[in-house]
Amino acid sequence: MSGLTIRGLTVTFDGFVAVGGVDLDIPDGDVRFIIGPNGAGKTTLIDAVTGLARAGGSVTFDGQELLGRKVHRIARMGVGRTFQTATVFEELTVLQNLDIAAGWARGPLTLLRTRRAVPPEVEKALETVRLTAVRDSPAGTLAHGQKQWLEIGMLLVQNARLFLLDEPVAGMSHEERDATGELLGLLSADHTIVVIEHDMDFLRRFARTVTVMHAGKVLSEGTVAQVQADPRVQEVYLGHAVGEAV
Amino acid sequence: MRRPLIGFGLAAVALFGVAPLVLGDFRLNLLAKYLCLAIVAVGIGLAWGRGGMLTLGQGVFFGLGGYAMAMHLKLADAGPGELPDFMQLYGQLDELPWWWRPFANPVFAMAATVLLPMLVALLLGLLIFRRRVRGAYFAILSQALCAAFAIFLIGQQGTTGGTNGLTDIRGFFGYDLNDPLNRRTVYFIIAASLLAVLALTWQLIRSRYGELLVAVRDGEERVRFLGYDPANVKLVAYVAAAGMAGLAGALFVPAVGIISPALIGVVPSIEFVIGVAVGGRASLVGPALGAVAVAWAKTALSERAPSAWTYFEGLLFILPIVFLPGGLASLARLRPSWRRRQARIPAEATP
Repeated sequence: MSGLTIRGLTVTFDGFVAVGGVDLDIPDGDVRFIIGPNGAGKTTLIDAVTGLARAGGSVTFDGQELLGRKVHRIARMGVGRTFQTATVFEELTVLQNLDIAAGWARGPLTLLRTRRAVPPEVEKALETVRLTAVRDSPAGTLAHGQKQWLEIGMLLVQNARLFLLDEPVAGMSHEERDATGELLGLLSADHTIVVIEHDMDFLRRFARTVTVMHAGKVLSEGTVAQVQADPRVQEVYLGHAVGEAV
Repeated sequence: MRRPLIGFGLAAVALFGVAPLVLGDFRLNLLAKYLCLAIVAVGIGLAWGRGGMLTLGQGVFFGLGGYAMAMHLKLADAGPGELPDFMQLYGQLDELPWWWRPFANPVFAMAATVLLPMLVALLLGLLIFRRRVRGAYFAILSQALCAAFAIFLIGQQGTTGGTNGLTDIRGFFGYDLNDPLNRRTVYFIIAASLLAVLALTWQLIRSRYGELLVAVRDGEERVRFLGYDPANVKLVAYVAAAGMAGLAGALFVPAVGIISPALIGVVPSIEFVIGVAVGGRASLVGPALGAVAVAWAKTALSERAPSAWTYFEGLLFILPIVFLPGGLASLARLRPSWRRRQARIPAEATP
């Protein structure tokens, strides 16, 4: 079974059920958007898949169980994620950030030596995420959108096959959103992408499939048109008056 | 690439050329002692400045190195088959304790001065970093270990010399330490060791590992998601710093002629860190220069006003941390930009 398969996933914090029995199938090459009101459990779902939150149930990626493994082991299996607030190493340059992301498999001798040339995969990622020009700038000086792209570039060189992106276009300008959307389209050729997003316009343009979560459960699933036509989705969104507004 | 080499050249000229010419035997010997503290400081700069681990207990590793060296020198002073003087004095022992015996071998003792602290750091680090102890908790833990070690040594009067420590060390691998020429040689060995430690740390800092260490310092959780175990990354810097502290402790013994719990306890451990904070913890030479400067200030001030030093020391710790987090090393970096701003102001004033 390839792709990401989630069965009966539950996450509880001190008795509060953040995710309560989620089943989800994300096939290889999908661009899946996960939407839902605040507190629906979207980020917690990603936390559970990446090993940050303890969870019950089962999560397999390419047939291998992820739950119970440590964060860095899951990352090594090809599962990469970004965060709502871009977290890059601000004092290091863009190149250094990418080089570190590309390097977990390096041996001690390579680590103790100085980087002599830019690794080809880093070079390629710099071009893909359009950061070649600012390669030697500290990551802390990048614009907000560029930081998110750098994170996506880090996933690329990390050899992640599954990208879990937590609100990648929040706070971005229209141009940046378009560029990010195009980037996702480009990446989907050989990666599986899961995006948590509140931006409905962005979703309509770039999602292939959509999962709507509500109160820790999957409410609806399908194409953008199917989900939009689902009366339960309309009820949840109208009831909470979010979605379009954000 | 060229600037660090020039820096090394200048440091070598200062340490090997200028200092022995300018300073008398007494002052040169003091400088030798300061340079030992500088070696500890370089390690703290790596662990704290680059790795974010505030090691308030480097005295443990300094002490392990120091005692390993002193044990060998005491045995050598006593001669084959004889007990060190203090053991005869207290009269509790008929023969050498088993754990003293290997230190009679000079090669074992020299290796132990560096490897023993590194081994202890490795075991401690595995426990501490795997359990994700960090920040203030790490600092408190390392200081508590240091206090425990000093108390342990004090309790073992018969075998470690207790509060007195191992004193009155007269020879250094067959050379008489009362001979000024030999003391001078000890100074040169220490200076060369400092340069070697600086070179090693320089390579560590600019290597890929050095970049990774900064990444762990600034985003320990983040690097996990890149497939690294930050515990291992921190462990390398912690163990390297322990090795440097051990080496410094070992060299301290022939330079000063004594090692005792008072020299390796909580207070000296904090003093190591003060020098690093003053000099600039994240830079390469900052910690070394800071350590020498603080130690020199301590001597100079204590000679004139012994009671004032403690207050001054407290200020030295607080002021850089509050007002100059980058230490004196950051001033060197500030100045060019300040000059540039000075140059720009007139140009902007005339449109």
